[in-house]
Amino acid sequence: MKFAIVTFPGSNSDYDAYQAVVEQLGEQAVYVWHKDHDLQGADVVILPGGFSYGDYLRAGAIARFSPIMQEVATHAARGAPVVGFCNGFQIACEAGLLPGALLRNDSLKFVSENVRLRVENANTRFTSEYESGQLITLPIAHGDGRFTADEDTLDRLEGNGQVVFRYVPGAGDADRWWSPNGSARAIAGIINEAGNVLAMMPHPERAVDQLVSSGDGLPLFHSILARVAA
Amino acid sequence: MTVSARPGDPVITPALVAEHGLTPDEYAKLQDMLGRDPTFTELGIVSALWSEHCSYKHSRPLLRTLPTKAPYVLQGPGENAGVIAIGDGLAVAFKIESHNHPSAVEPYQGAATGVGGILRDVFTMGARPIAMLNSLRFGSLERPRVRYLFGGVVKGIGDYGNCVGIPTVAGEVMFDDSYEGNPLVNAMCVGIMKEDELITAVASGVGNPIIAVGARTGRDGIHGASFASEDLSAASDAKRPRVQVGDPFTEKLLLEASLELIRSGHIVAIQDMGAAGLTSSSAEMAARGDVGVTIDVMKCPVRESGMTPYEILLSESQERMLVVAKKGHEAQVHAILEKWDLTTAVIGEVIAEPVYRVTEGNRVVAEFPGIRLVTDCPTYTPAACESDDIARLRAMDVAGIPPKPEEADASWTLLSLLASPTIASKRWVYRQYDTSVRTNTVIGPGGDAAVVRVRGTNRALALKTDCNGRYCYLDPRMGARIAVAEAARNVACTGGRPMAITNNLNFGNPRRPEIYFQLRECVSGMAEACEALGTPVTGGNVSLYNESPIGAVYPTPVVGMVGLIDDLAHITRSHFQRAGDDIVLLGDSFDEIGGSEYLARVHGVVGGAPPRCDLPAEKALIDALLEAIASGAVRSAHDCAEGGLAVALAECCVMSRDEPLGADVDLNAWPAVPLRAVLFGESQARVVVSTPDAAAVIAAAQRHGVPARKLGTVGGKSLRISLGATQLDCALSRIDDAYHESIARLMAEMPASSTPELVS
Repeated sequence: MKFAIVTFPGSNSDYDAYQAVVEQLGEQAVYVWHKDHDLQGADVVILPGGFSYGDYLRAGAIARFSPIMQEVATHAARGAPVVGFCNGFQIACEAGLLPGALLRNDSLKFVSENVRLRVENANTRFTSEYESGQLITLPIAHGDGRFTADEDTLDRLEGNGQVVFRYVPGAGDADRWWSPNGSARAIAGIINEAGNVLAMMPHPERAVDQLVSSGDGLPLFHSILARVAA
Repeated sequence: MTVSARPGDPVITPALVAEHGLTPDEYAKLQDMLGRDPTFTELGIVSALWSEHCSYKHSRPLLRTLPTKAPYVLQGPGENAGVIAIGDGLAVAFKIESHNHPSAVEPYQGAATGVGGILRDVFTMGARPIAMLNSLRFGSLERPRVRYLFGGVVKGIGDYGNCVGIPTVAGEVMFDDSYEGNPLVNAMCVGIMKEDELITAVASGVGNPIIAVGARTGRDGIHGASFASEDLSAASDAKRPRVQVGDPFTEKLLLEASLELIRSGHIVAIQDMGAAGLTSSSAEMAARGDVGVTIDVMKCPVRESGMTPYEILLSESQERMLVVAKKGHEAQVHAILEKWDLTTAVIGEVIAEPVYRVTEGNRVVAEFPGIRLVTDCPTYTPAACESDDIARLRAMDVAGIPPKPEEADASWTLLSLLASPTIASKRWVYRQYDTSVRTNTVIGPGGDAAVVRVRGTNRALALKTDCNGRYCYLDPRMGARIAVAEAARNVACTGGRPMAITNNLNFGNPRRPEIYFQLRECVSGMAEACEALGTPVTGGNVSLYNESPIGAVYPTPVVGMVGLIDDLAHITRSHFQRAGDDIVLLGDSFDEIGGSEYLARVHGVVGGAPPRCDLPAEKALIDALLEAIASGAVRSAHDCAEGGLAVALAECCVMSRDEPLGADVDLNAWPAVPLRAVLFGESQARVVVSTPDAAAVIAAAQRHGVPARKLGTVGGKSLRISLGATQLDCALSRIDDAYHESIARLMAEMPASSTPELVS
């Protein structure tokens, strides 16, 4: 399987995504330059983390106008898989691939730490290798991760099972809403209605190797391989 | 060629010379070098290059005494960064640098641009930055302005490094009144490359073009280097415009473009336009290559019109590089930069004639003979004399200070030390730093040293910054030894063999004999320790004139150490791992409470002799520890430092907040040492180890002549210490709260976005 990792000026976790795909999964990956118009026949597009265009103006707001985003939109419209991590989530929302927006963390500070998440929907093509309700640990590292949307949209996301990952407190008490950034309903990651675009603030691509992480990001990539290949 | 003054240049008067920081003698030297009076532009150039910051004029003779060689040192001092070989054809470039003065008046941008500068120093060697560290000093967090400085510096470091995508993996932060008016902000960068990718900033090849790359030149930061070479005063706030503004986004582009450029083979040299901007980068590259250069400032891309040669030459606008390309390869260089949306402009060339020449179109506005501009800078060895006051403090009878009534409960003392911002967990700080980007961070901030794996090998780097300025204040030679030894010990605790250091010497005004004494003694102590521990100095930075109206900072010779872990299986963490393990102390405890955090925090006393640093004992300890780790007998290892043994044990219990583990220990092994010295004394060369096999660890220690004894076992929900009649029993929840929450609590009191006045 081939992954296209879009490199925007200022992307920095593109390398992490590349290493996850090539080193850990042993699959093919290509960096796609944002000024290009060719996804090089990739099956899956990754919008990586980082600070595209310095996050100047607003995180993801300029990247959505990069030439390659036209191809990404076409790819998504065909029903082919697109995943966004961190800055990729911000870009996906700005580009209209997903509803809602990401605002400055409520603490007004950058937050970098391992957080506990609950897998709210294991019935997607990106999460089938998790169990629903499973608690996992992934790193976050962002200044603008507070997911927001109007109440109707939030209700719809909940009703459709589009809320895929939710922050939960570190020590037990997993039913209480808690988030490191003030996200609405502690939402950490969502999927589109068609089920082919998933984006999240935490970094599963940085958590595939147990030497440096929990390894809890690996099932996400295995899910993609299992379901997309099928 | 004839040099002519520009119309409108000010007349050079003694007052103008003084304003440029040159002494009458230095000005005479300049006239002598030129054989005439300088132009205003030339005066500006020399004021920057002969500033303390660029010329090291008060420290160079001392720096020559530091050991700089080892078979694996590929590049020693004098370049943008030092480089060591780590095997498999790989090399590590690393360097530390200060941004103290700008951070004192504009903490956010001051710290951010410090990170930017040190990143450029590393990637201009051809290395890809993989980790950032820092070493920070502030006054007491009780003061609003200190909280403003601390918050701004941390955010500045975080925002810059996070955006460029380099993890900040380790550091140290200490708080003491001596830093109140003049915080210290030292940033270190570590990069990795193949040995054959090493490139140096040596101009060569007559006819080769000199190219300005990256951001355009503006009027920001003019005279930043001179600003960094004088004491801070109430007037310093007015110099805030001398602080540059950072753009980490452009830095990220510049990083990628520079590495691509270096790998392309189209260039022969590259250097950051850092302090003193275009002036120092071009003059230093020419001097290293012993060639002439000519530069036309009218060809330099500028941000605003009407800039004079003086301004263009002295601007410290950030995110700019100077490149010497191969003749005929200009188009290829331009194409690489254009891909990253960065500007390039050929602004000069390498010439055979031995001169440093600056033109403005056809007019020559500055011309210096050969490399004398750099080499003629005077050096000074001022008078040195220890301050009587400090000698008296060191001689103070600290053992005679009666304990406070509260100390009857040893838990009270322990908890107040754990809550001391100098000792407490710096989670509030590093939660703002991206530590996981690039996915190499095995051990991030909060442990003894950071551990960063080297991809494609079975090895890892162990990285740490260290220095206790209070020890250096009370005994500069001993304090500097300890800075090196503690950094080495921290590296060894993670399983790393100490390899080399970069140093950042932060001192007051060297023209004062008591300050120069501190500088001289610290350099001597550092040299002794580096010699004994086999860790040469590969470069660094000197920051003098760290003085504010309340006085000089403590002498603070920060050590940034790089160690090598030969096998990923040897990576060792600081905190207790498993209930039932034995706890063993390597090293011995003495009656040493001088200079301790205990005296400062509990008694408000800075006095007594700091603990002794026995270098052969340190070396033996490191060897024993590494042998025990390699044998697989060590489950965790943690250095005993500020706060002593009791604090080290408490940290081992709660450092992992998710999995705290208590301990049961008996400290009756030192009947001759007073109780508070056993608990809180800061004797050196000690490490707390947890192990499933105490006998194996003790045997390894004995083979190296290191004292070792079993103290107790891991387990339970509290830390229990038995010492004579004292039975300390402190719940882990209380230890956790004191250790992990105290800085956050202090910072929560901070008024939002205030800029309190500079202390005066």
